[in-house]
Parts: sequence; C-alpha cells; structure tokens
Amino acid sequence: MPLIERPLTQNIRPGQEPPDLRAYERAGGYEGLRKALTLDPKTVQDWVTRANVMGRGGAGFPAGHKWASVPMGPEAARPKYVVVNADEMEPGTMKDRLLMEGDPHQVIEGALVCAYAIQADVVYIFLRNEYKLSEQRLCKAIAEAYASNYAGPKVLGSPWSVELRLHTSAGRYMCGEKSGILNALEGKRAIPRAKPPRTAVSGLWGKPTVVNNVETLANVHHIIRHGWEWFRSLSHTEEGGTKLYGVSGPVNRPGVWEMPMGTTVREILEGCAGGMRPGHTFRGLLPGGASTPFLTEEHLDTRMDFASMHQIGSQLGTGTMIVMDDKTCPVGLLYGLETFFARESCGWCTPCREGLPWVARTLEAIEAGHGKPEDMEVLDSHVKFLSGHNTFCELAPGAMMPLKSALKAFRADFERHISEKRCPWRTG
Amino acid sequence: MLSVAERLEIEAEAAPAETKRSVASDALKIVQRHRGWVCDEALKDVAALLGLSPAELDSVATFYNGIYRRPVGRHVILLCDSVSCWIMGYNPLRERLESRLGIGLGQTTADGRFTLLPTACLGLCEQAPALMIDDNVHGDLTPEKLDQVLENYA
Repeated sequence: MPLIERPLTQNIRPGQEPPDLRAYERAGGYEGLRKALTLDPKTVQDWVTRANVMGRGGAGFPAGHKWASVPMGPEAARPKYVVVNADEMEPGTMKDRLLMEGDPHQVIEGALVCAYAIQADVVYIFLRNEYKLSEQRLCKAIAEAYASNYAGPKVLGSPWSVELRLHTSAGRYMCGEKSGILNALEGKRAIPRAKPPRTAVSGLWGKPTVVNNVETLANVHHIIRHGWEWFRSLSHTEEGGTKLYGVSGPVNRPGVWEMPMGTTVREILEGCAGGMRPGHTFRGLLPGGASTPFLTEEHLDTRMDFASMHQIGSQLGTGTMIVMDDKTCPVGLLYGLETFFARESCGWCTPCREGLPWVARTLEAIEAGHGKPEDMEVLDSHVKFLSGHNTFCELAPGAMMPLKSALKAFRADFERHISEKRCPWRTG
Repeated sequence: MLSVAERLEIEAEAAPAETKRSVASDALKIVQRHRGWVCDEALKDVAALLGLSPAELDSVATFYNGIYRRPVGRHVILLCDSVSCWIMGYNPLRERLESRLGIGLGQTTADGRFTLLPTACLGLCEQAPALMIDDNVHGDLTPEKLDQVLENYA
C-alpha cells in the first residue's frame, strides 16, 4: 500500500456527510489505536516524541514532551485526563471545524491513542458552543466508538478502560487557554491558573491532565500506524507532519488546505488561495490568527513552521492567515481586533483588564480623527508593558502581537490619521 | 421553581459527572433551552440543586457569552466581529442590521423578534462576513443577502 501524503484530509469531502464508523474502518481507521494497544504506553509516547509533532493550537509545544511529563505507573495519581481543546475561537481560524465536521472519528481515534499513551481514564472533548454541526457529528461518532468498544470498559479486550465525554462550552475566548479550559470543565469561571504546577502533573481536579488541540491529536494515530520516520518525511522541515493552512480575506479562493509543514507563505497565499482578488493589493497578513505579528511582502518566501516564523520575529500560531489589502484601514482593523481582546479579557489580572480597554479607546480615537501625537506613546508603552511576562496568561501578550508589528509596519498610516485628523480610508 | 423536566434533565447531566458543580453551565443551558433565558428565580433553584450559593453560580452565568441573564428575542443573531469578517464587510452588515431592526448590539427589537449580539470569530472565515441566527450559520453575506436571510425568521 502506498503511504499517504495527506493523512488528515484523506477522508474529508466538504459538503458531504463524514465517513461513519464502517467507512472510517474501511479506510484504515482505528488501525492506529489497535496497534497502539499492542505497544507499551511509553513506546507510544516515544514515537510521538520522535515524530516531533508541534502543538497545532498555536503555542507549538512538542506533544510528545507534554505526554512524557505525565506521571506513569501504579503510584501515579488517578484518574488521569485527556482534554481535547476543540474551543476554536482564535479570530481567523477555521481548521479544527474542518476536521470535526469532515472526519470526527479521526479526532476521536487520535484522542484515544493519546489517552492510552498516558493511561488516562477519561477523555473530555471541549467543544465551542457555536459549532453545532461538529457537535452533532461528534455525538454520533462517540456513540459508534462506544458501540464497537473503541471506548468504554476494557477497550478491544485490553486491560485498559476509558470514558469519552463531549462538553459543549457556554462560550468565552478564555476557555481555549490551556488552564482556563480546566476551570471551565470544573464548572467555574474560565480564568487562568498559576504555573507551576504543570497541567501534566496537576490539571483537571488536581489530577494529571494532557490538553491538546484537535489538529495535534488528529495526527497521532497516523504516527503509530505508519511510523514516526514516515511522519517526519511528510514535512519540509524538522517539525514533523503536514499542517492545515488557511487563508481568509480578499483572496480569490479563501479556504483551508493540508500541505507539508514548512510550505512557504507565498505557496499558500498564491498557490492554494489563488492570490489577491482583482483590484485588491496585498499589504500584509497575520500568519496564524489574531494573536500573531503581521508579515509583509518581504516575508512571503518564509516557511510556515514554528521555527522559521519565530526566526523572522513572527509566529505560526494556528497557521490560518488573515490577509489585509490596500482598501482596509490598518488603524480600523487594529481597533476591531483590540476591542475583541478587551471584551474577552477575563479580568483576572490588572494589566490585561485595564490595559486592553485603554488600547481600544486610544485606537478608536485615532481612527475617528481625534488622536493626538502622544497617543502613539500610549500605544507603544502598552505594547511594552502588556507583552512579556507581566500578565497571568497569554491573552494580553497575544493581543500586543498584531499591534506591535502594525505600529512598526504601518506607522505612517497611524501618524497620518493623527496629522490629518481623519481616516484617509473613509470617503465623504 | 424549576419545572419537573428541567430538574430531571439537570439531575441526569449531574449524575455521571465528577462533581455536581462541573455541570453548572450545562444546567444553565438546560434552563435557557426551556425558558429562553435564565431568570433570578431559576438561578437560585439551580444553585441549590448543585450545592452552590446563588452568587457563586451567577459568577459563572455572567462569565459565559452564551448564558443570557436577561430576556432575549425569539431569534438571537450572533454577528461575527472577527478580523476576517471586519476586512470582508462587517461594518456594512452591522449598519444594515441596526437600521433594519432599529436596535444596536446587545438590544432586542420592540416586537421581541430579534436580539442582536456580537460574537467572537465563528470559524467561518472562508465565508466572511458571516453571522449565526439561532443554530444556523450564514456566510458570504452582503447587506442585500442579509435582507433575504432575515425573512426566514418570523
């Protein structure tokens, strides 16, 4: 059998019903889980570590390392948990929806392989409230998985048992934060937790917990089935596997594609998305959701992997890029973005709670033509103090990524708003 | 007072859960499915059922965007204000909604037909600008298409 090159999307036919359990099995589904059950859990962890799967939720932490830090053996605290982070709310990101709507069993199989590798007792899929189709399809797939004993007591005759539960959120951006998601599952406000302790040691109800993104987990059973060497060979770089890349904005074919990890920005923007729409000129893009720094023309031949993006001072984030054209006012765009971040701040720590609304109000004033020259210093100082390690979690530092880079790349546009006392993009 | 159906549904949700409080948001969503929103009386009853103080449960209720602590219209419009929608025409869409319905974000029409709320990215970025009405998503919208979409919600 020839080895597949696009493992994540091989069964996905947009606009059609996803494969049910039998169709999924016919395509080789649950072979990865069957094989994992014949291996020692530590071996499964080791293969995932060797495959070098970087976390696809945005942070890029190697999944294998996360799993390897979970306490194992009879002395380990129980129950242990796997939390599938399906709270896809990063602005500009629509990749996990494709996986859950298009091939829900793949997400479940990946989560089960992870659960076996850390010998977890319960898997929670934490799904965002608005993904109704994903909810419906995951529910059906979970029922099918139980009926065929891929989940439940003594999975496929092995000594290992696992519960599989779907939690639909009541909606808040903070639920996607890696410790906020745990508080949300415990029925609390989704505020972040202090680290240490690490979630792997003390997570849900103080028990060992692995939190992984949907796309990250969708890879792992393929690694077990086809081997880590194969998985590494799919990529153009040291970071293993393929990646779901997305493009939205005024391009010819907005969408999501599975490509080798490390495909360049230009190949995705021009090859996959067909370039800019007629009459629209490229000005910049956010490479992986709203919490990543702007790239401009000079960066288009950079590879879209975590290390390459880091090298040019940006971030891969979720890998779903948002394209800004010449008809869009950068100040207005930033005002919209920072208003979002200010609204979604959980209010737990002061710099974020007080700083983000100040940033949003300042941008509102500049956009409306009421800005003063000293407002640029206000923005610069917020970038300085809200970045780095001055806040409890990554929400505010993430909010500063697009602002900091825009203040550099599009500074003249900000200054023009202030000197002309109006938005040059507004007609009339 | 919670209805028998509400109480049974909440108890069924809580039975297999690790702790009773972990189903707090699920319980509030059950009440909301029955009544459209969560009133003070229902909140107190749910709190008692889960062994929480009303203030503690209200701190959870008010944290989540999807729990309504005030009455909403027959249909709730969630207008996506993510950056992709912003670039692709969020503002004209919002202006059309506000002028047609005569309400701003966070408000309900006088006839109780629509409530208009902002929402974080709906994950429909390839179909921007987009919005959701009740459980249905609508993408690739223009102000003109929006008029037709609204006709389907009486």
